[in-house]
Amino acid sequence: MNAPRVPGDAGADDGPVIRTEGLTKRFGRIVAVDGVDLQVPAGSRFGLLGPNGSGKTTMVRMLLGLVHATSGTAQVLGEPMPRAAASVLPRVGALVEGPAAWPGLPGRSNLRMLDAAGTRGGLLVRPGARRRRVEEALEQVGLAGVDRRPVRAYSLGMRQRLGIAAALLRRPPLLILDEPTNGLDPRGIGEIRRLLVSLNAGGTTVVLSSHLLSEVEALCTRIGLMDAGRLVLTEDMDVLRAPTGRVIVHTPDPDAAARLLGGVVEERAGTTVTVRADDPAGLNAHLVSRGVAVTGLEVERRTLEQVVLQRSGSGADRFDPARNGRSRAADDDRSGPSTERIVR
Amino acid sequence: MIGVELALMLRRRRVWMCWALLCALPALVAVLVSATGLAPPPGRGAAFLSAVTTNGQIFPAAALALVLPVFLPITVAVVAGDTVAGEASTGMLRYLLVRPVGRLRMLFAKLVSVAAFVLLAVAFVTVTSYVVGIAAFGFGGTTTSGGTAAVTGFGAVPSLSGPVIEPVDLLTRTLLTVGYLGLCMLTLGAIGIFFSTLTDSPLAAALGVLAVVVTSASLQPLEAAGAVEQFLPTAHWLAWIDLFRDPILYTAVDRGALVQLGWILVAFGAAWANLATKDVTS
Ligand SMILES: Nc1ncnc2c1ncn2[C@@H]1O[C@H](COP(=O)(O)OP(=O)(O)OP(=O)(O)O)[C@@H](O)[C@H]1O
Ligand SMILES: [Mg+2]
Repeated sequence: MNAPRVPGDAGADDGPVIRTEGLTKRFGRIVAVDGVDLQVPAGSRFGLLGPNGSGKTTMVRMLLGLVHATSGTAQVLGEPMPRAAASVLPRVGALVEGPAAWPGLPGRSNLRMLDAAGTRGGLLVRPGARRRRVEEALEQVGLAGVDRRPVRAYSLGMRQRLGIAAALLRRPPLLILDEPTNGLDPRGIGEIRRLLVSLNAGGTTVVLSSHLLSEVEALCTRIGLMDAGRLVLTEDMDVLRAPTGRVIVHTPDPDAAARLLGGVVEERAGTTVTVRADDPAGLNAHLVSRGVAVTGLEVERRTLEQVVLQRSGSGADRFDPARNGRSRAADDDRSGPSTERIVR
Repeated sequence: MIGVELALMLRRRRVWMCWALLCALPALVAVLVSATGLAPPPGRGAAFLSAVTTNGQIFPAAALALVLPVFLPITVAVVAGDTVAGEASTGMLRYLLVRPVGRLRMLFAKLVSVAAFVLLAVAFVTVTSYVVGIAAFGFGGTTTSGGTAAVTGFGAVPSLSGPVIEPVDLLTRTLLTVGYLGLCMLTLGAIGIFFSTLTDSPLAAALGVLAVVVTSASLQPLEAAGAVEQFLPTAHWLAWIDLFRDPILYTAVDRGALVQLGWILVAFGAAWANLATKDVTS
């Protein structure tokens, strides 16, 4: 489905495709993005996470030159934004805060118009070439057979697919998608995920912002976590999801197990004992050989949700009356089994 | 982008409605006047209307005078107010900008499409009212004295200052009028585009344009505003009437055209300055 990307695309192998330094945006008194140093490696599937109002969309808008940074710099595909917008943006496909379309036109005409509006999209394009580009994009998002009804009459999911198709026009080597699966059903989400993975396998760098952790967990190779405008964590998913070095032992006799294991026991709850151990098999053998029954043994891994809840506050969209403004009520469920910090 | 803009404009029902209504008003007047035979006496009512009963060919001029003060500005305000704010309100502004369409290029394309709209509007009014005028009042050269009306082909049209205007001459004068009025309306269009960059609401931008028209028109007769009268956007709207004098008086038209060009430059520059520095958060 996706031919290999054109070799020599800027950022394909040299350096990060996105690099920001001290990127800051204020809207009046609100600091939407606060000194973000972000690097997105070429060829990655990067997930920009964060609670509501943490500044994800504002970041995306600055990277695309829609919003002017208050201070700091941004480079996309190796060139400064927004100064080099004219040469950068033709190589970027974007979805920003929901899809949009001219409501009176059918989806196909919408894409044709968009294609014609773009760089070198004018009269010199052979109509066949334009039609092929549009059909390819529609096919990728599963709208190939869409009829001539105007977008006004589209369902939410169809609009979302059309928005993604618009981002895919002309096969950009970098996709920046803000909440790409909003409004899609589980099957649709799966389809889009597979599409993005296959595009990525063909060399496209995918940046998506979301607060749907499951989506990011299933798709991304690296994440950046934003909280109240700041980038509080960037890490490879492999590292985040790596074993925490602890093993959870399920046993009908937790007292015996705890006595036997002594100092390495870190937590006890009901019939489980959490132990610091590098070798679960050895641990199992040790316990069983001393007559402690083991009903289950699992290597502890953090879920993305635990990481995120631990590292970020509640969304900036909560305004509780007490304690002027932002609530930290959600701090209570920021616990999770692990107490240690995940960052190196 | 210009091609896209024009294509989008032509596919908007609102635009066709505007054109249809603009053409319908003069037609309605023609029907009423010809049915009753009651043309307003010279000097009252819209310019030229008193003359049309004797020659339908002058009716386009009368029609333009009819739609000029209110109708035409309203349609221009609606269309120009929609240009940028309309894209912002559907969310297409951001997608056009990241396509990418440069901000200046986008504004210029918008200006061209508004210009096409006003020129076509004025041209449509002229053409339809020519047809309607001839259908309702004949070609002129008719003698109504004896009660036996005999059409003698393309008759000459009396100019406002007496001598007659020959048909070819009439055509050039009409084209000049279309161009001049198009320019006057494009001034409103440019102001509308500027307002349209200030807000995400097409309606607010359109109302802003109408506010400018009303303000300008009410300052015009005011002696206290005498110093700026010359520079008001509406000040020279009626100068085109001089194009139907014999010989043509160009002074007012020339000055009017200069003032309109000045406004277009200023308004377009302001629109660009605003859009170029604007955060697109719609
Ligand atoms: N145009 C604006 N004017 C003022 N404040 C704004 C504007 N746009 C965004 N903000 C503020 O900036 C902060 C970040 O908003 P942003 O839309 O980037 O968050 P987000 O991470 O995308 O949130 P969500 O997950 O809800 O989409 C919020 O506090 C928001 O209120
Ligand atoms: Mg957002």
